Amino acid sequence: MSRKILLEHIDVPGINTFDTYRKMGGYRSVEKALKTMSPDDVVEEVKKSGMRGRGGAGFPTGMKWSFLAKPVGVPRYLVCNADESEPGTFKDRYLMEKIPHGLIEGMITSSYALGANTSYIYIRGEYFYILRILEKAIAEAYANGFLGKNILGSGYDLDLYVHPGAGAYICGEETALLESLEGKRGNPRVKPPFPAIAGLYACPTVVNNVETIAAIAPIVNMGGDEYAKIGIGRSTGTKLISASGHINNPGIYEIELGLPVEEFIYSDKYCGGIKNGKKLKAVVAGGSSVPILPANLILKTANNEERLMSYESLSDGGFVSGTMLGSGGFVVYDEDSCIVRNTWNFARFYHHESCGQCSPCREGTGWMEKVLHRIEYGHGKLSDIDLLVEVSKKIEGNTICPLGDAAAWPVASAIRHFREEFEWHIKEATLSQTRNFGLLAAHEALVK
Amino acid sequence: MADKIKVTIDGQSVEVEPGTTILNAARQIGGDIVPPAMCYYSKLKGSGGKCRTCLVKVAQGSEKDPRPMPKLVASCQTQVMDGMVVENTTSPEVLEARKGVVEMLLINHPLDCPVCDQAGECDLQNLSFEHGASNSRYEFERRTFDKVDIGDKIQLHMNRCILCYRCVYTADQITEGRVHGVLNRGDQSEISTYISAAIDNDFSGNVIDVCPVGALTDKTFRFKNRVWFTKPVDAHRDCDHEKCSGNVVLWYKGEDVLRVTARKDQYGEVESFICNTCRFEKKATADWTIEGPRKIEETSVISSNHYEMAHPLPVIEKNEVLIEANKKMFHKKIK
Repeated sequence: MSRKILLEHIDVPGINTFDTYRKMGGYRSVEKALKTMSPDDVVEEVKKSGMRGRGGAGFPTGMKWSFLAKPVGVPRYLVCNADESEPGTFKDRYLMEKIPHGLIEGMITSSYALGANTSYIYIRGEYFYILRILEKAIAEAYANGFLGKNILGSGYDLDLYVHPGAGAYICGEETALLESLEGKRGNPRVKPPFPAIAGLYACPTVVNNVETIAAIAPIVNMGGDEYAKIGIGRSTGTKLISASGHINNPGIYEIELGLPVEEFIYSDKYCGGIKNGKKLKAVVAGGSSVPILPANLILKTANNEERLMSYESLSDGGFVSGTMLGSGGFVVYDEDSCIVRNTWNFARFYHHESCGQCSPCREGTGWMEKVLHRIEYGHGKLSDIDLLVEVSKKIEGNTICPLGDAAAWPVASAIRHFREEFEWHIKEATLSQTRNFGLLAAHEALVK
Repeated sequence: MADKIKVTIDGQSVEVEPGTTILNAARQIGGDIVPPAMCYYSKLKGSGGKCRTCLVKVAQGSEKDPRPMPKLVASCQTQVMDGMVVENTTSPEVLEARKGVVEMLLINHPLDCPVCDQAGECDLQNLSFEHGASNSRYEFERRTFDKVDIGDKIQLHMNRCILCYRCVYTADQITEGRVHGVLNRGDQSEISTYISAAIDNDFSGNVIDVCPVGALTDKTFRFKNRVWFTKPVDAHRDCDHEKCSGNVVLWYKGEDVLRVTARKDQYGEVESFICNTCRFEKKATADWTIEGPRKIEETSVISSNHYEMAHPLPVIEKNEVLIEANKKMFHKKIK
């Protein structure tokens, strides 16, 4: 359960340079794909691997690729979404900073599979120093004949560009990203048409996450069937988890999907348990957008089965008692954390990042933030709790892009699972300013 | 021409061209089943999808794939499929969502209708009358902006703006060069000319007509009169501007023409755009050829002191059932 694929050579000194990366077996997938496989063969391998998009939605990558329209005479584009801004997620930064060539290798192989001759890496504005790292790596790849005209004598041309965003969370949404890349205001587009039909410059486009693209190289190297053996069920392969919060060893962990959540939190190989010997209170399992789960539900499902780190197991129980794997931003809260404050913090983030295009999200995120602020600072009313639930319902599903859902879920789930804490916060307005609620009596017996 | 496809909206079927949106299919049927639209404007390419008031439920995707769509969809953006079944006013879910949208729209929209020039012909006023709650649950300070004069003829009252983007599309598509746009993000977004530039071109006045609320108002008409005290009269003149149709509505108070606007249809959309000369400078009866009284939708407050009513609801020609249904509806309304 500790197989490393993406981070296999992370500890090799100088792995960020072309020579070392090549020595460790890098760019093999490019050679294999360009010399022995047709583009459709590569797509087929990715399909066989069953890998699901690592950006958050978990859509099978091979399937997404096969939807790409291929009209004659129209260019196709591959865009890598490196606009990693989900609170709690920092895996792409690590990957690009430490092994930039891993991403570039994946980009070349994927672009070949999709028939793209120009590809873009859209990187978050705050990651400007990584842009420099990537550009250096791209220059090395050009110098060694892996980018540019006639790569490895195969007749395939590819140009790769890095484009920085200006620091908007919304530009991580694929159509807003494309708008931004085109030089416009980063507003999500109304779908359909989907990017696979009309994306960048109205041409067929695939947008994939950094981790997804980086995983293409190992899939081509080992073959799709072999990759599909890793993991559990329909959650194949390995996933980078950004672990943070009240744990002993925060950081990036590459796990094989299917690892028990309990092992991930308490094993010394991973998070190493809760800091200062405290008790687990809650976990946000996949970045701030996914529903927060209390300790009892994150360790065991509602059916009392062991909860695993996989797409299926984490979403077991739907939104009533489950959550999502999302982008793998694993945030752990100990018994002393205040769920109200945390929910307010998330709501503040979504209020700040709403693009303001469609009305439910533009007005609703601000409204939720203000109500939560009022509760957190001891001026709440008991009716506020139901109001929050109602507002979140009015936003959810009624917006152009998923930001509305992402803003509504954390609030709705926090109230669903921690209603007593919200009520305590309102009733004991003075006391709640001096100490935290602690654990629910119902949870006390269940957690370590 | 491709075969027509059949779509059923609230139990009424209609055959439309492939590629028609649900909203436009509903408009072909007419009547109460047409979803309200605050941002969609059929004359402006790319508009729509933003206000979310036109959300409808698709109960059956198509003949081939009868699964319902998982979420409510924006009817102004979703194309019909053959055999699609749409629920608008018959779906409680849709009405609930629409109520929510109206509540959201009114959060930062001041209810200053008594002093707003748009009152009486305001899409948001009509919408909240039909779908809104009587009071707001929002108890916080609202965002406020100062009034801005953009050019000598137009005033921007940003507080009232619901960010429908119509004026942005108008400037893009109708005028020569856009100098205003949306600045900032989220509920801090504002329509602005960035460094207080004036909007100055021959077609700029049209942004007043497309604005669904009172955010962009005509400075030559401001505070002169309430619209329901004026009498609209269709008129035209031979305008020498190539893009201007010269077809307008003159709004009379006694002998005076208080303002000139483009002609708006029953969905509040202008029939054709007019130039600034026609709009702002020709305010004498002698400039115009009068055609007759403007027909106003009977539900509009402007028709309250009026003499002429609108046509019976639009019907699909040759569709006996619809003609009959619309006749009944019309008689019910004028009673």
